[in-house]
Amino acid sequence: MKSAEKLQGKKAGLSWKVKDWIAGYVFIAPVTIGLMVFYIWPFIQNFWFSFNDVNKFNVTHFIGLDNYRQMLSDKEVFQSFGNTLKYVVVTVPVGLFLSLVIAALLNAKIKGKSIYRTLYFLPSVTMAAAVAMVWKWVFNEKMGILNAVITSFGGPRIGWLTNSKTAIFVIMLVGLWMTVGYNMIILLAGMQGISKTYYEAAAIDGAGSLTQFFKITIPLLTPTIFFVMITSIISAFQVFDVVYMMVLKSNPAYESTQTVVMLFYRQAFDYGYKGYAAAISILIFAVIMLITLIQFSVQKKWVNY
Amino acid sequence: MNQKFSWKKLLVHLVLFAGLGVTIFPFLWMVLTSFKTSGEAMQIPPSIFPKKFITVAYTQIISSLPFARIYFNTILSTVITVVAQLLFCAMAGYAFARIKFPFKNLIFILLLSVLMVPGQIFLIPQYLIIQKMGLLDSIPALFIPNLFSAFGTFLMRQFFLSLPEELEEAAIIDGCNRYQIFGKIMLPLVKPGLVTLSIFTFKFAWNDFMWPLIVNTSPKNMILGPALSTLQGQYTTQYPMQMAGAVMAVIPVILIFFLFQKQFIEGVAQSGIKG
Repeated sequence: MKSAEKLQGKKAGLSWKVKDWIAGYVFIAPVTIGLMVFYIWPFIQNFWFSFNDVNKFNVTHFIGLDNYRQMLSDKEVFQSFGNTLKYVVVTVPVGLFLSLVIAALLNAKIKGKSIYRTLYFLPSVTMAAAVAMVWKWVFNEKMGILNAVITSFGGPRIGWLTNSKTAIFVIMLVGLWMTVGYNMIILLAGMQGISKTYYEAAAIDGAGSLTQFFKITIPLLTPTIFFVMITSIISAFQVFDVVYMMVLKSNPAYESTQTVVMLFYRQAFDYGYKGYAAAISILIFAVIMLITLIQFSVQKKWVNY
Repeated sequence: MNQKFSWKKLLVHLVLFAGLGVTIFPFLWMVLTSFKTSGEAMQIPPSIFPKKFITVAYTQIISSLPFARIYFNTILSTVITVVAQLLFCAMAGYAFARIKFPFKNLIFILLLSVLMVPGQIFLIPQYLIIQKMGLLDSIPALFIPNLFSAFGTFLMRQFFLSLPEELEEAAIIDGCNRYQIFGKIMLPLVKPGLVTLSIFTFKFAWNDFMWPLIVNTSPKNMILGPALSTLQGQYTTQYPMQMAGAVMAVIPVILIFFLFQKQFIEGVAQSGIKG
């Protein structure tokens, strides 16, 4: 009797375990199958495409390293990587600085804090394409409000978006406008996580608010700063929507603003060189990985955990 | 004592206010221009407020392109993406957090690796898959790859992990099976997680740009982002029309943002703390 009960219990336990396995697989099935079919398999395929010539009818033809070799002698590839690096090198530090300053100001005891926070965050939820349209018009040479203001003060009329020297800075400005509020929120949350006792102790020792900021806030915030830096670099490397909307193919500044993802898009879906574009996307991936790895190895020197 | 006037605080407000001006200006300019005539929009010097608030730009844009259709497509594609992601990610997130099954960690790591790869890597094969399915330039093409999210699965797993295990143990003793535990006990408890995920997904799907631009070409199958680019090309100097389109494109997200701003901001803030 006792053993029968035990046996039954064991049997029930076993089937519960197996049932649980099945339940587990049932629960993960949609996401797992979907990600396998639409992401993981494409990842492998894309790698394979980069060693192939993929023609307009999507027939692949193995060509080994030819795509990569072609990339090394393609001026457009160098130019677009140069443009993208320039964009990253300017927008990431400037963006970090601006979001830090705003976060620090909002971390003080001031009125209307949540209203400021909400409004600063607004650009990061809005559609890039819509906002790019407004900025494009603001910077328009003949009809933009910026030149209207400048010329009314007797200044020159500048072709902000058509001059190959200034166009990329306009793109940077719009990029900053879209991301500063978002990063500010993350930094502000980090600042609010710092224990008040540090500040109280420092105040007793006579440290002013600036000293407190540089000696307490910044060092304790380094993990958050690091996080913001990494994510900003990765997303800045992939800037597309704003460039696509603001600088058309016919624009004389097109070459000086073409980013790597833009080049990838053109090669793959405008010109139809999918194999070559696949190789470009692998290069983008490799560069992002490399930069991230370097960041992670250098972080030990300045990030306090 | 708190009410004491302070120069320092005034300065802080001045700086914050200046920053706010730059932040808000494009929205104001967008809205104000959309109510002007195209003549007034281009006059020099420009007027700030419309001489007369007119809604011509809005009626024009609704009758041009198939704007209503595009708007409907955007809503449809966004809703389907949000609902599917909520369901699929919650299911998978629960299993990865709470159920033991063979190869669980291996599969989880494999799925997470998707997050580390920049999106362009997947685009060409995804395009070819959609083409093979015969779905290029169709409504389903807009959302199919977006239904599955590694990010959402990870997010939901975190929320399920934070629930106490005793809840489930009690339910198991009471004879509930896994599906009942998930549907009746656990799912209602991760409501904050579901809200966070729907906000992120809503924003992402509504603002999607490159993917619809690639797979769909005819205006009747388009969503708002790429449609604005067409609008800009077709009505180059019709600024009130362009701005009316932009206003209508951003309003739903802004509305949702104001309704759920607490969850929005907390969701973003936590990403930094957890990372």
